[in-house]
Amino acid sequence: MIAGHQRFNPLQRSLHWLMAVCILAMLFIGVGMVSTVMPKYLTLVSIHKPLGIAILVLALIRLAVRLRYGAPSLPADLPEPMKLAAYLSHYALYALMIGMPLIGWAMLSAAAYPVVLFDGVLLPPILPQSDSLHTLLWDAHFYLAFAFFALILLHVAAALFHALVRRDGVFDAMSPVPIQKEVAPAE
Amino acid sequence: MAQSPRSPARSMFGSLVLIAVVIGGGAAAFAYTAGWFSPQRLTPDRMVDAFTPPGGKPPLGHRRNHAKGICFTGVFEANGAGSALSHAQVFTRGQYPALGRFNLGTANPNAPDATVRVRGMGLRISTPDGQEWRTAMINAPVFPVSTPQAFYHLLLASGNKDPNAMKTFATAHPEIAAFGAWARNAPWTGSYAEERFNSLNSFIFTDNSGAEHTVRWSLLPAAQVVPISQDDLAKRGPNFLEQEITERVHGGPLHWTMVVTVANPGDPTADPSRAWPEDRRTVNVGTLTVQQIEPERNGPCRDINFDPTVLPSGIRTSDDPFPAARSSAYAKSYDRRTAETKYYPRTAAEAQP
Repeated sequence: MIAGHQRFNPLQRSLHWLMAVCILAMLFIGVGMVSTVMPKYLTLVSIHKPLGIAILVLALIRLAVRLRYGAPSLPADLPEPMKLAAYLSHYALYALMIGMPLIGWAMLSAAAYPVVLFDGVLLPPILPQSDSLHTLLWDAHFYLAFAFFALILLHVAAALFHALVRRDGVFDAMSPVPIQKEVAPAE
Repeated sequence: MAQSPRSPARSMFGSLVLIAVVIGGGAAAFAYTAGWFSPQRLTPDRMVDAFTPPGGKPPLGHRRNHAKGICFTGVFEANGAGSALSHAQVFTRGQYPALGRFNLGTANPNAPDATVRVRGMGLRISTPDGQEWRTAMINAPVFPVSTPQAFYHLLLASGNKDPNAMKTFATAHPEIAAFGAWARNAPWTGSYAEERFNSLNSFIFTDNSGAEHTVRWSLLPAAQVVPISQDDLAKRGPNFLEQEITERVHGGPLHWTMVVTVANPGDPTADPSRAWPEDRRTVNVGTLTVQQIEPERNGPCRDINFDPTVLPSGIRTSDDPFPAARSSAYAKSYDRRTAETKYYPRTAAEAQP
């Protein structure tokens, strides 16, 4: 991790907030579409697929940007368990951002559905037809979606805790605009 | 940082409450969207469950409806006339591989043939551009009801032990009369080869100029229709239709003409329980040839979901609400049965007693 800067750079912050909107929309569309037989089912499915691929592409870009530019260090006085939770939850978020679209794509492939992104634009299958793989991937996509949402709630709770209770600059590092005056380095 | 006028303890308490409200609200919104607070919402799960009568066992490993059937392969030969209506490659003159399945409209994979009024055909036509046209048609000229909700209530009524349940349903849904008249009066046949299969749902074709045409389609059999009484069909055996079609195709390929009917403005495009007037423009777009019967248990249809919303560019869904409902329910049926293969293994030898 590259230390010495207080905030994520503008590209990183833009990617974060753009993806936040996309992923939240994606999760709500996902649970909504599988709970209805109304015509909106088809509309939601037709958004879910290209949006999922968009998230995959953005997540790969974001991973590259993160590896290139790093992240601000966590406050030195943050308790070790919270630091560990922060590291692990971010690994899990990256894994889900990249993994969920791939699982969805693979799941459709294993069911021999054409993977239609837009009218007439198809993705190639990434797996052969397979009952057992389809079932495995379907279960993974379903349960990981709830895990993903739970993790996002935890992420939001932690962000607000940093912003409102600890006021330690962690939220400010990713906030769209600075919310605190840059605190001059102490000592 | 400016000093808060409130005590730090109260400020922290307020912050924690705010965090709890945000997280709780987010979780509640998610649960609401998922339908957890809406027991009345018609979900694909509830629709698919309704095919199994109360106390009954679902046909594990099988399609939840149209569970009995037999697979075929063949070719769709487009004559080029459909290109006037849709720019889909499937209508360009040429031959395209077809995969399909003759089936009976029952949730019981072992139902005797003569006990099932509705016969169907699932069909998938693949084109070189990588696109597919999937459709699932039935021999009835109209669908029993107007809306997916009504269909759900029809399933509940037909599974209800109350002898008046169906009568009550028919009073509330008078549109079922047309289907009922067909079921009572139309001749039965002794072969899948003699059936006409109808899309019933309407779809929108887009032509090369971008103009849209709302259509339904049908497959008209080339074989002569030989009426047979239900009793005589029963005497031929519980699985006569599969044996008959296998032998018939063995003797030579079978043909159906695909006819597309174009709606006039004002026709009931959203209601498959209502036929369109007889004088509507029809276009003969090509011929389906069934060349080979394939096994059901381990054949190429087994793991294909004949989802009527898998459509090539040039065909899309219309204001008819059924294709969306069918797609959601077919997907649920597919997800369930592909997770149940141990109850219906690919080879009979692996089957449990």
